[in-house]
Amino acid sequence: MAVLVIADHDNASLKDSTNKTVTAALVLSGDVDVLVAGKDAKAAADAAAKIAGVRKVLLAESDELGQGLAEAVEATVLPLMGGYDAVLTPATSQGKNFSPRIAAKLDVAQISEIVEVVSNDTFVRPIYAGNALETVQSSDAKKVITVRATAFKAAGEGGSASVENVAAGAASAKIKFVDQQLVKSARPELAGAKIVVSGGRAMGSAEEFSKVIEPLADKLGAAVGASRAAVDAGYAPNDYQVGQTGKVVAPELYVAIGISGAIQHLAGMKDSKVIVAINKDADAPIFQVADFGLVADYKTAVPELMDALTAAGK
Amino acid sequence: MKVLVPVKRVIDSNVKARVKSDQSGVDLANVKMSINPFCEIAVEEAVRLKEKGVATEVVVVSIGPAQAQETLRQALAMGADRGVLIQSDQDLEPLEVAKVLKAVIAEEAPGVVIMGKQAIDGDNNATGQMLAALLDWPQATFASAIELSADKAKVTREVDGGLQTIEATLPAIITADLRLNEPRYASLPNIMKAKKKPLDVKEVATLGVDLKPHLKVLKVAEPAKRSAGIKVETAGDLVANLKTAGVL
Repeated sequence: MAVLVIADHDNASLKDSTNKTVTAALVLSGDVDVLVAGKDAKAAADAAAKIAGVRKVLLAESDELGQGLAEAVEATVLPLMGGYDAVLTPATSQGKNFSPRIAAKLDVAQISEIVEVVSNDTFVRPIYAGNALETVQSSDAKKVITVRATAFKAAGEGGSASVENVAAGAASAKIKFVDQQLVKSARPELAGAKIVVSGGRAMGSAEEFSKVIEPLADKLGAAVGASRAAVDAGYAPNDYQVGQTGKVVAPELYVAIGISGAIQHLAGMKDSKVIVAINKDADAPIFQVADFGLVADYKTAVPELMDALTAAGK
Repeated sequence: MKVLVPVKRVIDSNVKARVKSDQSGVDLANVKMSINPFCEIAVEEAVRLKEKGVATEVVVVSIGPAQAQETLRQALAMGADRGVLIQSDQDLEPLEVAKVLKAVIAEEAPGVVIMGKQAIDGDNNATGQMLAALLDWPQATFASAIELSADKAKVTREVDGGLQTIEATLPAIITADLRLNEPRYASLPNIMKAKKKPLDVKEVATLGVDLKPHLKVLKVAEPAKRSAGIKVETAGDLVANLKTAGVL
C-alpha cells in the first residue's frame, strides 16, 4: 500500500499539520509520499523532504495552484492516484475545499477529519460537533481521507527524500481568482500554537478585544483565538474562531477569557492539555472543562495575570 | 434565474446529541429536529436574491424520510417558492447525496445552487464539493458574501488566514459559511402561507441513482469526558499552578 499526503503550506514553509498528517499516513503504510502543490514552493518541498519517514516529495507548481483553486489541485492529484491506495490531507479550509472533489472523481467516499487510524480500512472520526466518535470501515479500493491534525503527533525531522517535479493540473476555465486579504501576524499560527489565548463576547468591542487579549497573548508567545460569539459580533476576524465550525485546536495551554463555553466552542478546544478559564459567571459551562478556573471580571483579572506573569519571569 | 437550495433535516443545534447505550448510533428518538443551520443560511441568501430581483424562483430540495417535509415547510415559510422531497429512509453518505442532487439538477436546471457548507450531524463538509466535481461546475465554498450577475457569481470565501474572492461562471455550486447572513424568523402568516405552497414527493428509487454505501459504521461511542479541575483565588495562584503543571 502506498499513501500520498497533500501538504499544507504557504510556499515558503510547511505547516505543522503536514507533519501530523504524515504521522497518520505512516500508520497505514511505510511508503508515504508528499505532494506540495503551489507556486514558487521549492522551500516548502525541501522542508517536506526532511520529514522522517517520507519516501519521496512531489512538487507541482502553477499560478492556479498558488491561488489554491480546488479544481487545479484536484486535476493535479487525480493523474497521480494510479500509484496510490490512499490520499491524506490535513482538514484545513484548503484541504476541505479540494479533497471531496478527489473522492467524487474516484467514486469513493471521503472519510472526513479522522482522529485515529484503527487499521488499513477502519478509522475513528468525530460527529455531532465531537459529541460522538464514529468508527467507520471503508469498502473502497482507494481511500480519500482528511485528517484532524491535532489528534496526531508531528512526525520528526531527519529524512532526506528526493524532490521530483510533477505536472500541475489544468484549472477550470469557469473559475477565476480575483484577490485575497490575508491577515499578517507575527504571532504563531492558531492551529499549531503551543499556547492559545481566546476572548469571548464579554470583551464588548473590537478595541477592547485587542487591548485585553493581544498583550496577554504576546506575553505568553501565544496565538489569539475567539469564540463564535466574538467573531459574529465583529470583535475578531473570522479566522480566529475556535470551535466546531471554525478551527479545532489542541495546544499545551488554552486560556479562555470571557468565554461562556457553548458546546460548539468546547468542540474546538476540549482536547487542549491544560485549560484555563477566566469568567465572572461562576456557573459558566467553560468551568466544567477547565483545569484551572478563576471566577473574576477579566477587567481586573487580566492585568493581575500580566503582573503575576512578569513576577514569575515571563 | 432559478436558485436551487438543498436542505437537510438534522438534530436541532441546541440539543446535545446522546450516544445510544448499545453504541449503534446517536439517539434521535423524541429529539427535536430542525433545518440544518448552514442550510438555513443558504435558504436566507436565496430568498434575499429573490427579494432583490436577481433570482426568479427559489426551489428547496431535501433528501430524507417523510418527516423532512417539515424541514421543507420551514424553508418555504422563510420565502422559498416550491419544495421537492426525495424520500429515502436510508441514511445516505455525502457522495450518494451528491449523486441524487445531480439527478434533481438535471430535471430542475437551476442557474445556481446555494447550499450549507456542512451538516451538523455528520460534520463531513463534502457534499457541495462532490456535487461540483460530479457536474463539472465551478465551486465557491465557505462563502461569506455573494454577488450574482446574469452569468457570474463573485464570491468572498473564508479561508485559512483571511478571505479570498473568486469569480465563477454560472451555473455554479456555492456553499454557505456562518457569516453569509443572519437567517430571518418566519412570521406566522408566512408559516400559514407555506402550508399551501407546492411540495412534490418522489421516491429516491425513481431517480435510478446507485445508492450503495461505501462506509460501514462499526460503532458510535461517547468521547472521553473531561472533568472540571480546581478553582483558584488569584492570578498569582493561577500562575503558580500553571508552573507546576509545566505549561509555562
